[in-house]
Amino acid sequence: MKNWGYKISKPRGIDLDTANIKEFDKLAEKVPSAKRCLMCGACSATCSATNHTDFNFRKCHLMFRRGQFENISEELDKCMLCGKCKLVCPRGVNTRAIIYNMRIFLNNMDYKNI
Amino acid sequence: MEKERILIIGGGPAGLEAAYNLAENNYAVTIFEKDTEIGGNIKKWVKLFPDFGDAAEVRKNFKDKVTRQDIDIKTDISINELYSENGKWFAKNSSGNVYEGNAALLATGFETFNASRKEELGYGIYNNVITSVEFEQMYKTGKIITAEGKTPERIAFLNCVGSRDEKVGNHYCSRICCINAVKQAIEFKELVPDAEAYCFYMDMRMAGQFYEELYRKSQEKFGVTYIRGRISEAAGTIDNRIQIKSEDTLTGLPLKMTVDLLVLMVGIESSDSTTALAKQNEINGEYGFAKSVGLHGSDNLTKKEGLFLAGSCKRPLTLPETIADGRAAAIQIIEFLKLKVKN
Ligand code: SF4
Ligand code: SF4
Ligand code: SF4
Repeated sequence: MKNWGYKISKPRGIDLDTANIKEFDKLAEKVPSAKRCLMCGACSATCSATNHTDFNFRKCHLMFRRGQFENISEELDKCMLCGKCKLVCPRGVNTRAIIYNMRIFLNNMDYKNI
Repeated sequence: MEKERILIIGGGPAGLEAAYNLAENNYAVTIFEKDTEIGGNIKKWVKLFPDFGDAAEVRKNFKDKVTRQDIDIKTDISINELYSENGKWFAKNSSGNVYEGNAALLATGFETFNASRKEELGYGIYNNVITSVEFEQMYKTGKIITAEGKTPERIAFLNCVGSRDEKVGNHYCSRICCINAVKQAIEFKELVPDAEAYCFYMDMRMAGQFYEELYRKSQEKFGVTYIRGRISEAAGTIDNRIQIKSEDTLTGLPLKMTVDLLVLMVGIESSDSTTALAKQNEINGEYGFAKSVGLHGSDNLTKKEGLFLAGSCKRPLTLPETIADGRAAAIQIIEFLKLKVKN
């Protein structure tokens, strides 16, 4: 292919008109406490995986919420399900259950095509 | 002996609460209200945060309290001039009538921000961009609908419109709009449970009793989605919906979406009468609000002898704070008048 010196970049950003935000509703049915997450980041601050890799549970959760599923599965592989995050959450969010269920949901959907 | 008289400018909650307490203490009161009815800004509200108290009920209680012989309520009267001469206070209206009293209380309250000043948000351009005050008026009719009469499937609330914004010259936080957005989002979801409600915020300022609990409930029970980011622009679509753009700052990504109705949470600004009357008496503070002597202990006093302040003519206050401040002002006025008699 001829190199024109520029390429068309994929639009970056969230379009809530097309994003699949219903998946989060299904997740919240399984883990109702997910709905009250404040996005404060205490969970990621305490997480050993976050402190040694670029994994961030809070962000994975939010991206899932916004229907941006790409890479979440790979990211979640870095979690050890140790539950430390759950101990510090000020809103009593069942973080571990969110991680566990997100993995199931992501396995069950062909999210790359959504 | 004839009772001493206090002139109260403004028939909102601060003025009414002060009037009642002064009358109970054997003083005569004249209230000047520019509207046809007393009640001030409560007149615009249906339910009050954070307990969904009935605003009409609160107004009725006030009316009952101040309907008495020693309180003279003058409605449809705007006071243009307020001044003192030889230890007396005078209030003059637009037709030149002058009223006399032994002390004066400025309780001229607030006005909401004129949202069309934020042109990029489309207020006054697109019919489906409304203010929180208009939401309230619509709520009074029992339903929330778009300009086309449709039930919204998606609604967004935008916080801090006219507050915390150097572009409009208001650096301060209006203090009531965050909790009001939570309240209105819940009210909307109660009416239309299947619809989506979003709230765009810079900080959720839940600094009041039961505010945080209500915020939490709005997420947990009503599924309101909060997005940290300020909407930078709103544009109409071909089908009269509103496309909004912001950053979802917690993902670090730009975000856009289309909503059926955009509600602007307008902030509190000084009312025109507050600004004018405060200026005449050289007690004008920042942003056009009136200035008290000091926050701690002398917040109802001004540097003008016999002129007092109550309520949100000083700064944005919640309703309970305003009522308490009206009562506090009454005590200060009584102290002042008693001391004057003694001397
Ligand atoms: S600590 Fe709890 S509230 Fe905070 S981001 Fe994590 S899950 Fe959400
Ligand atoms: S459970 Fe996973 S996300 Fe939570 S602290 Fe442990 S490794 Fe981190
Ligand atoms: S109360 Fe909330 S919406 Fe209102 S000005 Fe303050 S931060 Fe903004």
